[in-house]
Amino acid sequence: MSNVRVLVGTRKGAFILSADGKREIWDISGPHFAGWEMYHLKGSPADPNRIYASQCSGWFGQMIQRSSDGGKTWEPVDNKFVYDGVAGTHMWYDGTPHPWEFKRVWHLEPSLKDPDTVYAGVEDAAIFRSTDGGKSWQELPGLRGHSTGPGWHPGAGGMCLHTIVLDPSNPQRIFIAISAAGAFRTDDGGKTWKPINKGLVSQYIPDPTAEVGHCVHHVAMHNSRPRVLFMQKHWDVMRSDDAGDTWREVSGNLPTDFGFVIDVHAHEPETIYVVPIKSDSEHFPMDGKLRVYRSRKGGNEWEELAKGLPQRDCYVNVLRDAMAVDSLDKCGVYFGTTGGQVYASADAGDTWAPIVRDLPGVLSVEVQTLP
Amino acid sequence: MIRVELPYHLRTLARVSGEVKLEIEGRITQRAVLDALEACYPMLRGTIRDHVTQQRRPFLRFYACGEDWSHESPDALLPGAIVAGAEPFLIIGAIAGG
Repeated sequence: MSNVRVLVGTRKGAFILSADGKREIWDISGPHFAGWEMYHLKGSPADPNRIYASQCSGWFGQMIQRSSDGGKTWEPVDNKFVYDGVAGTHMWYDGTPHPWEFKRVWHLEPSLKDPDTVYAGVEDAAIFRSTDGGKSWQELPGLRGHSTGPGWHPGAGGMCLHTIVLDPSNPQRIFIAISAAGAFRTDDGGKTWKPINKGLVSQYIPDPTAEVGHCVHHVAMHNSRPRVLFMQKHWDVMRSDDAGDTWREVSGNLPTDFGFVIDVHAHEPETIYVVPIKSDSEHFPMDGKLRVYRSRKGGNEWEELAKGLPQRDCYVNVLRDAMAVDSLDKCGVYFGTTGGQVYASADAGDTWAPIVRDLPGVLSVEVQTLP
Repeated sequence: MIRVELPYHLRTLARVSGEVKLEIEGRITQRAVLDALEACYPMLRGTIRDHVTQQRRPFLRFYACGEDWSHESPDALLPGAIVAGAEPFLIIGAIAGG
């Protein structure tokens, strides 16, 4: 029987939740790196025992940890993230130029084929790559050097590159997203990048349809259809059927289209999940009810999934990297909250139960389906 | 023998308990101590000083013999009690946050 390993990054350490394919009885391991902010952990698709973790602290800065045994033991690898060449400036909150300054790694995306190759999305926004298992990092400077770069500005959470999506059908194609610059794509392995924000409308920026400046919260893709992308923008749930060249809104009947997470069912590429959040002023669910919404039609028509989730007095948030799916049959769906709960559904969202309730605030959730 | 006391999280990171002891030749300065520390424990690179600028990270302080050395020149000679190993050189995390 297959097993599931859920990698949870929190504000005070990492936790590894393990279960067999029934996903009923869970073993909780952790805290790993107790007291550190663990922004993201992710396993290599090519070698599930290889896991990378972003560990950081306001006192001690950034660390990258690597495990080669599925998270039982860890070793620190290189933590030197230095921008290529002259760092230059981006736009600050007050509209003045501000030097690019490395702050932390938000997201680690291991290569689909090579366990030693991993990408890092960082704040201030840039993408780095390691091809030696994290022992050294090199920036892919074409992104930050894009002509629009000096005009990028931070969102409330900083100017972070938080999403990296690798195209399984084309190793030269990578999608990334930056708050609050928008989404970008490379078709040449990271040498050059183009903004892919056509169709996004953001009423809160001076030009609502600008080429860049949109606060994209997360982007998801199903591996079988790499040209179809789903996006949770600050407000609006969006869809692209042409690899990001154009987008259309698919918020449909959602009670609110603000939110952070979005993900795709492992076996049904038109089935997608979001967690609607009331507003950007009140980062909690509507009416104190925690509800996942599922569309089986790739958007527009959404159904409420609430069975097993708290339906009163719930005022947590679900952050952008805190939802993931397993590839068992039925597909498992997982998400973590800022209140420290990790919820799981072993039936594609129909019913939910907490795996664990009282962790530190959850920053990220990733899932590995193990043979 | 120079004694260095690290904050909890850096002791964990370096997998040491108690003080770190360093053999250092020549002038005993903050820079020499940190260079030797990072040479012995490479995982500490970037956690105390910025990789590129070598500036002290803002929320860390350096103490020697009851005095705050955080704003002293990194190339100033440390007090004799540090040099002699009678007192530890302290690297302290600022008391802040939750």
